[in-house]
Amino acid sequence: MSKLKLTTEGGTHIVVTRRFDAAPEAVYRAHTDPKLVQKWLLGPDGWTMPVCINEAKPGGKIRYEWTNGKGAGFSLTGEYLELVPFSRIAHVERMHLPDPTPDNHVETRFDADGTGTLMTMRMTLPDTQTRAAMLATGMEHGMEASYVRLEGLL
Amino acid sequence: MYLNHALDATFSALADPTRRAILARLAQGEATVTQLAAPFKLTQPAISQHLKVLESAGLVIHRVEGAKRPRRIAKGGIEAMDQWLGMLRKAFERNYDRLDEVLASMEHPKKGERQ
Repeated sequence: MSKLKLTTEGGTHIVVTRRFDAAPEAVYRAHTDPKLVQKWLLGPDGWTMPVCINEAKPGGKIRYEWTNGKGAGFSLTGEYLELVPFSRIAHVERMHLPDPTPDNHVETRFDADGTGTLMTMRMTLPDTQTRAAMLATGMEHGMEASYVRLEGLL
Repeated sequence: MYLNHALDATFSALADPTRRAILARLAQGEATVTQLAAPFKLTQPAISQHLKVLESAGLVIHRVEGAKRPRRIAKGGIEAMDQWLGMLRKAFERNYDRLDEVLASMEHPKKGERQ
């Protein structure tokens, strides 16, 4: 059973929902404490995040740099807009590939769901082309991870 | 990459609310341009233009029946899009599965201590 739901909404939104077996406080911390973010926000297997700057306050900077250890890498920068501890984060982010992609406005909510948390991440892209491009990039990464898994099985 | 290019066209085609409405109508069954134009406040050429975009994105196909060209939804286009979203879902899953492990290792109140 897949716990994650990914849908598109209108022409410019992507909405991701996921349930976690931990309280909103913990899930929120895992999104805002750089030492914790560095452990999971990695994409395909084999990638690490040697640089993780995450200033969780309004106007605070975000800077993530990923590498596959074989010379390939990319980064993401962003700014926090608003934080409501343990329940809501609003920030803007862009990827550098190396040219910056258009800004992605992200609202992440953490709602208590029994003893766990339901996270809802709503991304707003400036236009449909940007959303299409973003989804295409995501697919490439997903495929890479699938191939890695396949290799592990063979 | 051809696949990405094709899927890009798929999503661009779906970005327009009129085209989504046309697809929703075609999901109920085959229809001609005249039938499709009726519920929309659009001219037939405008509808034809939208259909052209949907066809080149692989979402809609047509057959020839005399002077008519009834349109219907193409399974392949819809499946490609589902597949695409499935791939992206997996990439997200990977991160969140790791987050599950991080959360499990974090100290949190024992059961019954909360509330």
